[in-house]
Amino acid sequence: MRFMTIYKPGEESTTPPTAEHMADMGKFIEELAKSGVLLSTDGLQHSSKGARVTMNADGSFKVVDGPFTEAKEIIGGYAIINVKSKAEAVELTKRFLRVAGGGQSEIREMHEQPAFDSRSSAQSANAGQRQQQATL
Amino acid sequence: MSDVNRAIDAVWRIESPRLIAGLARITGDVGIAEDLAQDALVAALERWPQTGVPDNPGAWLMATAKHRAIDLHRRSKRIERKHEQIGHELDAQQEMSVSDLDTALDDDIGDDLLRLMFTACHPVLSTEARVALTLRLLGGLTTDEIARAFVVPAATVAQRIVRAKRTLSEARVPFEVPRGADRDARLSSVLGVIYLVFNEGYSATAGEDWTRPALCEDALRLGRVLAELTPNDAEVHGLVALMEIQASRLRARTGPRGEPILLLDQDRGKWDRLLITRGLAALARAEQLGGARGPYALQAAIVACHARARTADETDWERIVALYDALAELTPSPIIELNRAVAVSMAYGPAMALELVNELRSEPALKSYHLLPSVRGDLLMKLGRLGEAKPEFEHAASLTRNIRERDLLLDRARKAGNGEKS
Repeated sequence: MRFMTIYKPGEESTTPPTAEHMADMGKFIEELAKSGVLLSTDGLQHSSKGARVTMNADGSFKVVDGPFTEAKEIIGGYAIINVKSKAEAVELTKRFLRVAGGGQSEIREMHEQPAFDSRSSAQSANAGQRQQQATL
Repeated sequence: MSDVNRAIDAVWRIESPRLIAGLARITGDVGIAEDLAQDALVAALERWPQTGVPDNPGAWLMATAKHRAIDLHRRSKRIERKHEQIGHELDAQQEMSVSDLDTALDDDIGDDLLRLMFTACHPVLSTEARVALTLRLLGGLTTDEIARAFVVPAATVAQRIVRAKRTLSEARVPFEVPRGADRDARLSSVLGVIYLVFNEGYSATAGEDWTRPALCEDALRLGRVLAELTPNDAEVHGLVALMEIQASRLRARTGPRGEPILLLDQDRGKWDRLLITRGLAALARAEQLGGARGPYALQAAIVACHARARTADETDWERIVALYDALAELTPSPIIELNRAVAVSMAYGPAMALELVNELRSEPALKSYHLLPSVRGDLLMKLGRLGEAKPEFEHAASLTRNIRERDLLLDRARKAGNGEKS
């Protein structure tokens, strides 16, 4: 099972984290990679460098540059992990939050199938008729 | 299952390989280590529903297991003074506080995990035993999960594991990472076990399902762990690259009714870009380490050719033929020759490929390999020899034990019989 964990620190700081905090987080992420579960992770820069794009009901767009004001909702980073159960994702997230020193993480299971199938079902029904090729 | 039980289950998944590895170093016996770890799990199941899951559950389990080990040792010491050396070490470690213990574990845990992998894949064990023991000790799978994955009775797996642990103990297999030339041979056994698990998930040899993605994930996890433990072994990265890239196609490989969809028919939009990126990075790492010509790296390079092609028509078949040439030279095998023939048909046409496949028909190793008649049938179809293709597909269908694959082959036989050149 693949989960995305989305981290919301609960506040947006302008001061960079301390060297010690960075080292602790680095060690945690390394452990996660060593245990084979971490597929991808990154932190996000300050919201002043971002924007929110909204499509209005009439089809027009509203683009609002950061910084965003609702500090509680601001996303600080994400990780994509491959685990056996939601409980495993929860356990690893607790460990992450302990190292992060607070905040909230949202855990969402990712689709095993893509959200939209770019191939029609009729085509799929005809598929699979050619020979297996060089898959070794 | 209650929330606490689910949490304990998750902690077990995360911690059990490290726990068993650490205990195996102390006791020198994988079987005793697993028993102790299980005892600690039982203790957790009794305690944690009342106390909640501790902040550092791994350290709690380790401390509990060590206390059990000391008890066990004292009891056996009263009867016979056999395990004295283990006892000394344990007594010394008992002096350490839990946090010291934790630090000590952090330092050694990577080495212990590596030792556990080498031990579980020791050549003194049968291949089935290596697979079962590796999934159980390092993958954290239960006996039932392993049995379901390989479509064998749970009792068979349980017996395999018990016997494997006894064999390791009786053969006095040391709990260590081998050195020198021995290391290469033993590492290739570890890689072989991981890839076997992956392949069983990728195209199940028996049963209702064409693929078992969970087993692929287990193998990938083991491979990624191994790659972190042995960062300078090119072939480990080669194997990881091969598995990541193959796994990237998993969700494109099965149709809505569970039927197989073969490589050239797959919707490449369904390929998993994240796994492809990871796979290509692992392949680059293998090549940087000078391992481009290793057997797994070569296979990874072949699947990378597919991963890089945006459409099936863009596939660099000539390069794939050249890579198969190198692979066949390195590890001659009729199965590689068969795959090479398929690539030849794509690069240079079906007539040339059919000649190669015809030569393989006398190979005893391929006598009951369903892909030989299946490939031959396909080449005959392409050459318009439909009447000859039909019995080939029927023969192939009679050889596969996978139901989904059998249906596909029988369908092709029927079409060839009807003169449909699909």
